Amino acid sequence: MGTLVEEIFSRKTGRTVKAGDIILVDVDYIMSHDNTTPLAIKAFREIGKPIYDKQRIVLHLDHAYPAPNILAAENHRKIFDFVKEQDLPYLFTQGICHQVMIEEGFVTPGAVIIGADSHSNTYGALGAFGTGLGSTEIAVAWVTGKCWFKVPETIRIELYGQTQPGVYAKDVMLHLAGLLGMNGATYRSIEFGGEYIENLPIHERIIFSNMSTEIGAKCGLIAADEVTLKYLTEQTPALERTKRPLEAIQPHNPRYEQLLQIDVSDLSPQVACHPDVDNVKPLQEVEGLEIHQVFIGTCTNARYEDLEIVASLLRGKRVHPGVRVIVTPASQRIYKKAMQNGLIETFIDAGCVVTNPGCGACIGRHGGVLAPGERALTTMNRNFIGHMGSPQAEIYLASPATAAVTALTGRITDPRRYL
Amino acid sequence: MGKAWTFGDNMNTDEIIPGRFNITTDPQELARNAFCEVKPEFAKNVRPGDVIVAGQNFGCGSSREHAVIAIKGTQVKCVIASSYARIFFRNAVNLGLPILECPEAVAGIREGDEVEVDLSTGLIHNLSTGATFQARPLPEFVLKIAEAGGIIQFLKHHDFQELMGQTGKK
Repeated sequence: MGTLVEEIFSRKTGRTVKAGDIILVDVDYIMSHDNTTPLAIKAFREIGKPIYDKQRIVLHLDHAYPAPNILAAENHRKIFDFVKEQDLPYLFTQGICHQVMIEEGFVTPGAVIIGADSHSNTYGALGAFGTGLGSTEIAVAWVTGKCWFKVPETIRIELYGQTQPGVYAKDVMLHLAGLLGMNGATYRSIEFGGEYIENLPIHERIIFSNMSTEIGAKCGLIAADEVTLKYLTEQTPALERTKRPLEAIQPHNPRYEQLLQIDVSDLSPQVACHPDVDNVKPLQEVEGLEIHQVFIGTCTNARYEDLEIVASLLRGKRVHPGVRVIVTPASQRIYKKAMQNGLIETFIDAGCVVTNPGCGACIGRHGGVLAPGERALTTMNRNFIGHMGSPQAEIYLASPATAAVTALTGRITDPRRYL
Repeated sequence: MGKAWTFGDNMNTDEIIPGRFNITTDPQELARNAFCEVKPEFAKNVRPGDVIVAGQNFGCGSSREHAVIAIKGTQVKCVIASSYARIFFRNAVNLGLPILECPEAVAGIREGDEVEVDLSTGLIHNLSTGATFQARPLPEFVLKIAEAGGIIQFLKHHDFQELMGQTGKK
């Protein structure tokens, strides 16, 4: 009985839990990556207890892989050595951790997954409880298999209507970020629902869960449905991993702290402007602003379908000569499919740089670092000052379509002009 | 007694310590660059026992513990904020950085004020103005971790289940 997060935690603990309860939960998977695992290893050594269950530990190298400097290489080395020492079964170098977690079938409805990465909220798109934690708690979970939570209150966001051509899920989410603000859902669970969400494919649902982090949420959940179960069964080895039928867990007689109902029908393309993710404006207000780098990548918007939209807008054209255009697919699987279907060729012919999968330019240390005074338009989820390199650079967030047409003109451009 | 260093709302982890410095986990090294973009004079002039006073949603953004480690490295006595972002709050508790939640104190303390904090009672005295503030009490189980000096110290002497001892049966 309750909201989706209450349902998930009630099943997990075997008793009825309510918002406000403090609970100790058995976690299904414990995720960390090259930026956060070294600190977790340090904490693990300090605790001095053995690993509780190796099968639950999933490590990724994605933030700076291959290593752009000696310190990053040393961090990778520490992780490789630790995996060998502890005989851990899961170390991936296949792309962005959150995408690989989904592709590899670790994310299933009702699962509780903690990650040493703030965007672990991403797993909510498949009806799992996913949340970000620091490295020390990851180490604690390695040795106990558990994590404490205060069951959060829920903000239910019901979206209905259909977006206009040229307007995408990213625009809707940016609009929500502007509406709720960076502190708008702190400590809360967000439940996204309504006919608009129900009609979205998984790759677009992910954007909402992923960016729930940016408005402070503990998790951003979308109840699993037929779309979810079909995706997991056909596209991932989830069934082999769970060894039990997947279940579409739904809220039951929920009590919401807040209910928002929003019609997306009249929404125009949106841009989150420098320097905050909630500084969101309709694109028209910033159209024409000069851009020096376009980055299409990250755990928000570098899935195959995103790349397909970008390729359809760039095909047979050349990007503006004054702009660096970087395409970083989210995973090797996406990269391979994009190559097989000719998208990579389209990007290269249009003058883009295609990099290996991973976090890429988003982390500001490699793969497209910004100079002082430069302005980037990206498909990322976060535009903190200095996030992509120089603190004197500016970052604007938008949809893959907006990014593609901006790459052509060198100025922030409305994708609806190219439809 | 220490000096107050004030910061605004939504101080994110990149503002506390920019990502480009996060290749190290050494507290002193990180402390040298703490708040370098938003308050360049801070790292040079902060003294052990000073306090950081900030607005809402302090520490939003990344899950990286570097933000907490950098602040610990400055040897400030504590952070006083109107509210905390959730991962930062957990990280601070787990790593033994004292944090107080007190919007009234944030409104009543200015940059450079002399501040005295009693961490055991949550009483905050602004010696420059004579005002006294009471911080919100931490949940009991969070207090247990904080009193042990962090989650690692706690686990060395206790079972995880003990955390839930008095609050788990709600």
